[in-house]
Amino acid sequence: MTQDAAGTPRPVGGERVALKEAESVVVAAPAIFRRRTLADREDALGRLLLAPALLYVVLLVGVPFGMAVLLSFSAARSGTLTFPWVGLQNFWTIAADPQFRLALRNTTLFTVVSQVLVMVLATAAANVLEAAFFGRRGVRMLLLLPWAVPVSLAAMAWTWIFDSTFSVVNWTLRAVGLLKGWLYWFGDPTLAMIAIITVHVWRMFPFATVIVLAGMSAIPAEIREAAVVDGASFWRRLFQINLPLLLPVVTVAVLFGVVFTSTDLSVVYLLTRGGPYNSTHVLASLAFQRGILGADLGQGAAIALFLLPVLVVVAILMLRVARRAEVGG
Amino acid sequence: MKRRLVRAAKRVGLYGAALTFTVFAVFPFYWMFLTAFKQDRDLYVGGTVTTHIPWIFNDPPTLEHVQLLFRQTLYPTWVRNTVWIGGLVVLITLIFALPAGYALARLTGRWGERLGIGIFLTYLIPPTLLFIPFSRVIAVLGLQNSPWALVLVYPTFTIPFCTWLLMGFFRSIPRDIEEQAMIDGYSRLSAMRKVVLPLAISGILTAAIFAFTLVMQDFVYALTFISSVGKMTVSLGIPVALVRGDVFYWGSLMAAALITSVPIAIVYNLFIDRFIAGLTAGAVKG
Repeated sequence: MTQDAAGTPRPVGGERVALKEAESVVVAAPAIFRRRTLADREDALGRLLLAPALLYVVLLVGVPFGMAVLLSFSAARSGTLTFPWVGLQNFWTIAADPQFRLALRNTTLFTVVSQVLVMVLATAAANVLEAAFFGRRGVRMLLLLPWAVPVSLAAMAWTWIFDSTFSVVNWTLRAVGLLKGWLYWFGDPTLAMIAIITVHVWRMFPFATVIVLAGMSAIPAEIREAAVVDGASFWRRLFQINLPLLLPVVTVAVLFGVVFTSTDLSVVYLLTRGGPYNSTHVLASLAFQRGILGADLGQGAAIALFLLPVLVVVAILMLRVARRAEVGG
Repeated sequence: MKRRLVRAAKRVGLYGAALTFTVFAVFPFYWMFLTAFKQDRDLYVGGTVTTHIPWIFNDPPTLEHVQLLFRQTLYPTWVRNTVWIGGLVVLITLIFALPAGYALARLTGRWGERLGIGIFLTYLIPPTLLFIPFSRVIAVLGLQNSPWALVLVYPTFTIPFCTWLLMGFFRSIPRDIEEQAMIDGYSRLSAMRKVVLPLAISGILTAAIFAFTLVMQDFVYALTFISSVGKMTVSLGIPVALVRGDVFYWGSLMAAALITSVPIAIVYNLFIDRFIAGLTAGAVKG
């Protein structure tokens, strides 16, 4: 450890250490001593400044998080403050519950399908927007709208768009001759799922596009020019140059999308309330229904806990991307 | 000649594709706009009537729905609730996140960088995982159906987010400036207060505004903790309470959605570059 060599007892910023070492060669010994004590105090000051925020996060994210796990092993109900331990019973109950299994399937389905679509659409859109363009700033501004709008309000707009009597989607499909009868978007399980996935894609793809665009502009121009000069075709450039270089950025966009889609409650809750015939529930909406509306906190917590593996995987991958960038940069 | 034609066709294709993507993204907002200003007889025409085109104003636009929204619904109350809850949350957030962001940027070095990523990751822990334990915490504290529950809970995502945002801002201020101030005799703390803080003011403003928009976007916590219509925030009240019996006030509802979304959209556009830069945390090498 260079820190030890410099005589500093606690780890300090990498650059700072390098700087100090370089200086220590030139500057006289007393200066080194004075700087070291200052660094010591700074470290203490740093902890002091960090402590309140860390405490808040630990108390109000860490503790509830732990409680989420504990509650899932209890028969706790809202209304009372008791905490009856029941072991794995909640998990046995939901494992045998076809509705839970459906919710688990739906969550996976909605997340995977929407994120695949988001990835394809975002890469395509970013390539298009990169190539064309007059008014790119304006388009980018518009593309951010779906991401910026509160999801509950967007969900209401879509509920109205897919309305059973006044749906503009149906009107348009009929007007161009693609539809003869009528589609009851929230009355049919398949249609309801399509509607939900549409909203998720609509919400995430523009944001992913903006991220991918930012990633593209960071690819050194020489690389792409060299590829063009060497006569690489569009597809070859796409698959062998742009996509590999964009992979970390696309990964981040997708991971973010996975988190926001798999854990989202508002879209399903507002569009279908889990209906028709409880066919579109996801883990989040089922946890809400059982845990809050049904007052069975324990079971709600157990259901929500099934989101945890997804989040852990996402967090690990995120850290990987960040670390790779750190090492590479 | 042929080559030029091909090029023109490609160009048209590109613009066509760009237009399609944009239309898909914007269409719900256009729909909010149309609905908000259409007269009822223009609005409530069944989708089977092919002669009536829903995409345009068939009758002159009206302010009826907007007036109804402001005069006869609780929308103004929800806006007021959102503003004071949001304001308090922003204040709490800054009190906690400012020192933390500074410490992570300057004082704790490489170890701090890890911690910075860690703090950002807590922002990714979704309300879905926490709303059930929180409902117990809120019950223990006796804050059921109280806006104070939201004031307590919202900082759990605004603090991590803003700490990480502010960390980026403080990093962008050259160290030399404050080191110079310290050589000139300022202590670390007064250098922070008198030199760094004024320079970071735009960053602090960004963090404050983002924290406020995050508050506006929450639906899950508000839905879980608040049951009285008069205590709701905009993003809960609009979807849940603008209903008459079983019938939504679609005109007013879309007007409310539009009025609420526009300021957030503007804010996001102003600060998106910084947001993305931090989000991709080095995945994009600038």
